[in-house]
Order: sequence, then structure tokens, then C-alpha cells
Amino acid sequence: MTLQTTLPALIVLSSLLPGLVIFLLREEAHRLRTVFNLAGAVLKLALVGVMMWGVFHGEAYESRWTLAPGLDLVLHADALSVLFVTLSMVLWLVTTLYAIGYLEHSPHRSRFFGFFSLCVSATVGLALAGNLFTFLIFYEVLTLATYPLVAHRGTPEATRGARIYLAYTLAGGTALLVGTVWLRTVAGPLEFVEGGLLNALPAGLHPELRLIFVLLIAGLGVKAALVPLHGWLPQAMVAPAPVSALLHAVAVVKAGAFGIVRVVYDVYGVEFAHQLGLLAPLGALAALTIVYGSARALTQDSLKKRLAWSTVSQVSYIALGASVLGPLATIGGVVHLVHQGLMKITLFFAAGNYAETLGIHHVSEMNGVGRRMPGTTLAFTVGALGMIGIPPVAGFVSKWYLGLGAVEAGAAQWVLPVLVASSLLNAAYFLPILYRAWFRPAPTAWPEEHIPARRLETIGLLLWPPVITALLALGAGMLAATPFSPLDWARLIAAREYAP
Amino acid sequence: MSNLLAGIVALPLAAALPTLVWPGAGRPLTLAAAGLTLAATLLLLGEVAAAGTVTLVPGGWTTGLGIVLRADGLSAVLLAMTAMVALAATLYAGRYFAGDPAERHFWPLWLLLLTALNALFLAADLFNLYVTLELLGLAAVALATLAGTRAALEAALRYLLVGLLGSMAYLAGVALLYAAYGRLDLAGVAAAIGPEPAAAAALALMFAGLLLKTAAFPLHFWLPPAHGSAPAPVSAALSALVVKAAFYLLLRLWLDLFAPVAGAGVATLLGALGAAAVLWGSWQALRASRLKLLAAYSTVAQVGYLLLFFPLLAALPPGPAREAAFGGLVLLALTHGFAKAGFFLAAGVVQRHAGHDRIAELDGTVQRLPVTSFTLALAGVALIGLPPSGTFLAKWQLLSGAIGAGFWWPVAVVAVGTLLACAYVFRLLGHLFGNAVQPAGRRLAGEELPPLLLALAAAVALGLFAAPLWDLLAPLSAPGPRP
Repeated sequence: MTLQTTLPALIVLSSLLPGLVIFLLREEAHRLRTVFNLAGAVLKLALVGVMMWGVFHGEAYESRWTLAPGLDLVLHADALSVLFVTLSMVLWLVTTLYAIGYLEHSPHRSRFFGFFSLCVSATVGLALAGNLFTFLIFYEVLTLATYPLVAHRGTPEATRGARIYLAYTLAGGTALLVGTVWLRTVAGPLEFVEGGLLNALPAGLHPELRLIFVLLIAGLGVKAALVPLHGWLPQAMVAPAPVSALLHAVAVVKAGAFGIVRVVYDVYGVEFAHQLGLLAPLGALAALTIVYGSARALTQDSLKKRLAWSTVSQVSYIALGASVLGPLATIGGVVHLVHQGLMKITLFFAAGNYAETLGIHHVSEMNGVGRRMPGTTLAFTVGALGMIGIPPVAGFVSKWYLGLGAVEAGAAQWVLPVLVASSLLNAAYFLPILYRAWFRPAPTAWPEEHIPARRLETIGLLLWPPVITALLALGAGMLAATPFSPLDWARLIAAREYAP
Repeated sequence: MSNLLAGIVALPLAAALPTLVWPGAGRPLTLAAAGLTLAATLLLLGEVAAAGTVTLVPGGWTTGLGIVLRADGLSAVLLAMTAMVALAATLYAGRYFAGDPAERHFWPLWLLLLTALNALFLAADLFNLYVTLELLGLAAVALATLAGTRAALEAALRYLLVGLLGSMAYLAGVALLYAAYGRLDLAGVAAAIGPEPAAAAALALMFAGLLLKTAAFPLHFWLPPAHGSAPAPVSAALSALVVKAAFYLLLRLWLDLFAPVAGAGVATLLGALGAAAVLWGSWQALRASRLKLLAAYSTVAQVGYLLLFFPLLAALPPGPAREAAFGGLVLLALTHGFAKAGFFLAAGVVQRHAGHDRIAELDGTVQRLPVTSFTLALAGVALIGLPPSGTFLAKWQLLSGAIGAGFWWPVAVVAVGTLLACAYVFRLLGHLFGNAVQPAGRRLAGEELPPLLLALAAAVALGLFAAPLWDLLAPLSAPGPRP
């Protein structure tokens, strides 16, 4: 029982166990619940710090538990999992703070935070998964843990959104299950290997492998909201703001994108996938999703819906990066996993603040909100500019590397137009919001002012989280060249994936 | 210590007699018997893991004359599951029947049921198997009448007739075998049996009888009313244990006895019935208006999954792939036992509190019964087969075996069945966790704990800690006579 074999399991347990305790707490045990929430988050932060340090110094971490002969639950740390784990736990800590402020007086808080912790445990579990079987288990657990969060408010609308969410994700999960079992019978234990593990299989199996790839991507594409599997995402917007934030930034949508990255790089191997002719259709699907999502975002007046369609579009940058052969595109896709998370969570926190503080739910109600809520709106502005891809915010770095990668791979003729079109569309649906917020005069009364302006524009626990994540998004862009930045880490991943 | 085998049968039987003459002591006596039986089955499990097979020949009568009891890995795990479910249901029944005049009839019949189950899992010859099967059926029918309603009595009468028909068919098959081979012990008949017409006729009769008792599609018609209208602890035992016992016998005969007789056609037929049961049962569960009816139809579907394993086992050559599939089959049976028992017990709590079990009117139950709602959700996860439940691993093996054997139709059936199961479970959960305001309830009532533990066993423990099962069962997965 050394740290090498226990640390990954401990990282999952550090949010799982507090979550289980929180279920048992009484509704009124406000302080105790906060203690458990934060203790879990901080402990996890420390454990991940230890692991990051170890991975950087070449330590190997792996927890293994046999479920059945030949079927092992494996949690391990490689460069890619460390990147995703770090992202999810930093954002979990921030979102927990935000959720404590957001749910101050609403009912069923024990249930909410219990499932919230389960959701993070599942995300961390699939980040650390060392084979496709383990990934599948946590992928399904994530569906189960997020369903009650989407349905949390219990209104007919919430129940409906949650039902649609389930229908999509469980159907996707079944496709992923069949694909995984099939691949397991063809290729043996599917331990993730940098560079892929299937290229040694005989050529006779190639048609089968193509079919399996389609099944896997269909299963993962549901959560990653690839068109035409994206239908649930705009409906799931009925969830409380912290849930939407987490769903869009790390948990669900990202789990799908992360899965696609894993399957392309560490199961098939990007070169082998290219050889099978699988990357081009994936890239076409991603490009379609990028443009379609942005176009739909353009016409949404509901702020959260506009952000949701923007997620549909932005997450597919990751799939796009995975579908272009070459280390630079890989860097762009992988680093966007982090960058999109930081920017989108900022935007959702800000949207939640507008709704909670002033009752603003629609873009058309946002006139002059910048003066009433300058901190929130500044954070929102940083996130929006980043999404468009304006330097120095992190989004620029992603788009830059995707563009470079396309040129390097000779795919510039279709990737660059997609990037340009999408950036223009991003600008078209974000800039009018910024214009309204900063330059239009404020109305005489806000729709429903719940929280009056005192020293701060809103409750501190609501204000600081978007400010922090906006600063992180700025920092990730401005300090991209420093060691341990997301970009630096993505370079490390790409170098290992393309190692000869 | 082969005396364990005698103890496992004798303990509930010994407790049954005093509860008959002294009804007031029914609860403590049954609890003691159930607890001791559980301890004995766990000891037996350890012994079987070490020795492979444990045999008891009481009185030293040689085979052919005396009663032989034998336990191997398959019977030992089913005994352990039975003992755990029985203990939980016994704890629950003490509260469920408190103050009910039916209680005095419940305890002796319940102990008789447990005796019959244990004896059936341990019996090693065809006639004793018949006796235990008949005893089991009669005890089950008597228990099913305890609700006392007209619907319950009608269902129980049908259950009785079906049960008798099933045992008769089985007995006729036994008679044919005895006439042909002059023996009744499983090992002896298995050594002599060949592909003769008598054996084929016996196979047809016995399998028909057992399929009827297992409620295999299309012979399932009697199950939903009988399981749906019995008292909750009885429904739990009927669905989780009694159906499983008939299935065990089917599997045992197919593996140990009829291997030279039953060709791939029999296995394919069983698989086809299973596929129909999965689809039909799940569809009916989706349409069910009552909670217990939903659970009963889900049992029909789950039996279908068990039958789906037969064509794979027939097609896979002995070796790791076959062992993996066989372990999956047994794990599915075990997990379903825990999950369905927990589900029925929890449904009983809901019914007691709401006064009915009409699904559409259960909105907001979570506020009144948070623990029980959570139990139903956990059991539901295990019924669907989502991770980390044992059913997930079992379905993985089913899919893996099917793909390995080159069968694609079971893959499609499992995919559709899983989605239907999602639909019927989450339809229920949508109501339970709905927003209608109900008075807030107690945090944890005593009767809520046994179903919660059963559901946790199915949804978590059997998924994470089932690996030793495959070692225990590995020697059994190959067909043919046993030493």
C-alpha cells in the first residue's frame, strides 16, 4: 500500500466520501455541510498537487482493482489525466463556493451537494481511468449523478429537461457499452497507451474497427454534444446555474470531449485512426457542429440558451483538434479542454449572477447592467472576448494552435474557413451583449431585484468565483509560455502522443 | 464439516414446528433460524471455496437409496444469497405484519419456504429435487394467499394450478428417466444418459415444467398477478428466490444431466424465449400502472436475460470465455435476487404509507420517504444494469460472450431491453422525485433499513466485490457429469 498504488483511488474517494456523508446531513446543518464540501475540495487539491509533482518527475501512479477475470478497474495518472483532473478540481472548488452562495435559502441542499460531489467524483474517475472499461463505468455513473442535479428544481420544465437529458445520455451510454465490449473482445484489455494500442491488429479487422469507432464516437458524441446528438444540451439549461456551469465547463460535455480525445489518441492512436480514414469524418462532424452551434446561438434571446449553443460549438474545437493529424493541432485541441472550461464557467457564473441579483434572464434585459454590476460584467467580458478568440485571453491560444496545426497538416483549406466563420459568429452573438451591458442606458427598474447593491454589487460568494475564473482565463492566455501553464502541459501531452 | 449441509436444511425446519404451536414466538424464532442459517451458509461457502464440492450421505446409505446432500460453487452462492435475502425479509416482515392476524400463519409457512429452498439447492437426486420443488410451490402459494384480498386469492389459485402442472411435468420426466436408466441420483443418470428418445422426452417434459415455474415467456402469465398482490415480504421471496430456485434446477439439469441430449437447438430455443421475455416483460413493466406490477414484469424480463445466456454457453468452447459467461449468468441471478427483493420490500413501505401503489399518484414521495425512494432508485439502477451494479458486469459478460460466439441478436436484445428498463425505472423515479408537496417524513424507519441494505448489495457490493465468484464457479462451467 504505497502512494503509487493508492493515490489515484484516494483522489476519487476525497470527493466521494464527503458526498456520501453530506447525503446523511440534516437540511439545517449548513455549517457542517460547508465544512465537508470545502474539506473534500481542499484535500483533493492537495492530493492532485502531490500527483502532479510526481508525474512531472516521472513517478507512475496506478490503482488497480479486479472486478472480474480480465476486467480491471484501473485509475492511473498520465499527462492527459493530470490535465483534466487539475481542471476539474480547481473548478469544483470554485463552483462549490459559488453554489453555497447561490443556494443560500433554497430547499434540498443536502441532496444537491451530495449529488454534486458524486458528479465530481465521477468526473475525476473518468479523468483518471486507465482503460476504456473504467472510463465507461465512470461515464455512466456521471449520467446518474447529474440527472438529479438537472431535475433539481422539480418544476415540470426541469423534469422535462432532465428526461430528455437522460434519454440522450443513456442511449449514448448503450452505444458506448456495445462498442467497448466489442473492442474488448477484438483487442483484449483496453489499457490507454500513448500512441494507441490497435495498430498491431491484422488488417482483416480494419472494417470491424471502423464500425466500433463509429459506435464509440456516437456514445461519446452525445455528451460532447456533437451535431446531431446535441439536442439535450439546450434543454438541460433549466438546471440551477452552478450545475450548468459545471456541466458545460468540466463535467458532462467535457467528459464526452475528453473521451473522444482518449479514444483517438490512446486507444486507436491518431496515426492509425488517420490510416483507417476515421479522422476526416470526425473532423467534418466537428466543423459542422462548430458552425451550426454558433449560428443557433445567434438567435437566442435567453442568455443561458445562447451560452448553451455556444458550448455546443466551442466544445467541438476539441474534437476538431483531435481530427487533424499533427502535434500542433493536438496541442490546440487538448489545451482548449482547459481554456473552454475556464471561459465558459465564467460566463455561466455571470449569467447566474444576473439572474439571482437582478432577475435578468434574457439578453434583451441586459441594457446598462455593466454599471450596476461592474465586477460580474467585467468577468463576463473577459469570457466573451476569450470565446471570440481575442488575445490575450486563453481562447486565442487554442484557436492559434488549431490554425497552425491545420496549416502543418495541409488541412488549412477547410479548417481555417471554419475557424474564421466561427470566430465571426462568436463575435456576432457576444459583442451585442457587451455593447448592451456597457453602453446602453440602464432601465429605470430591473426585472426582479433580489439582492440590493451595498458595498458589493451582489453576495461575495457569487461575485468572487467568476472574477477568479476570469483571471485564470486571462492568466492561461498571458502566461501561456511559462512552465506548468495549460499550454505547456498540452505540449508535453502532444510530445508523448507523437513520440516515435 | 459436511454436517453444515444438514444444518442448513434442518435449522429452518426445526424452527417451523414450534412456531406452529406457539405463534407468539414466531418472530424471534424465525430471526434466530435465519441468522444461524446465514452463518452456516457462509461457512459452507468457505468450505466449497477450499474443497470444491461438499457431500453429505446421512446414515451412510449408499447412493440410490438414501438422501444425498451436495453443495458445489453454484449451490453455495445461491444458498448464501437466499440466506441473506431471507434474513433481511424476516427482519422486515416482523414490522410489516405487526398487529396483523395473518402473522401467525406467516412464520411457519415462511420457515417451510426457506427449508424447501435450501433443500432444493442441496438435493443431489432427481426425486428429492421433485419433493423440494413441490414443497416450495405449496409453501409459496400458501404465503401468497396471506394478503386475503379477492385478487390475491384468485392469483394464488392460478399460481397453485400452474405450480402443480409444472411439478407434474417434471415428475413425469423423472419417471421416464428412472424407467430408462434405473437410477435417480444426478451423477448416476448423467453417467448413463445418451441421446435416446426417452431422454429427449424427459428433457422436454422437465424443461417445460421448469420453464413454467420460472415464468419464462410465454409461460409467465401467472407471475405478475401472483407477485403483484402478495404481501411485500412474500413478493420479495417469490420474485427473488422461488423463481430463482426453478431456474437453478433448469440450469443444473442442462449442465449436469442433459448435456449429451440437448443440442444447440434447445439452447437456441431457450435463448429465443429469453429474448422475447426481455422485450415483452420490459415493455409491460413500462406500461404497468402499479409499482408492484412493474416489479413483477421486470422479473419476467430479468428471467429472460438469464435464458439469453444459454445459446452462448452452448456455443462457447470450454475455456476462459465460457467461464466468464457462466460467472456472468450466476452474478445476474444473484444481483437480481438482491435488487428485486429490495425493490419489493421498499414498494411495500411506499404502499403502507400512501395506502396504494399507483405510480401516477406517487408524486413527491421522496419528501415523505427519502430513504425508501433512494432504495428504489438504487434497486432500479441494478435492474437496468448500470455501473457499479452487479448486473452491469453480468451484462458485460453477456454481450462479450455473444460477440465472442458471433451472435448479434442477443446484443440487440440487450441494448433494447436496457433502454426499456431505463424508461420504466426513470418513469417511476420521475414521479417519486417529483415536486408535489408531501409532509416531510421520518429520517429512517426500522423497516426501511433491510431493503436499503439489499439494494446496496445489488447496486454496489456485487459490482465491486464479485471477482471471487468466477474462481468459485470455474470448475462448473463445462458440461457433463460431476464426480
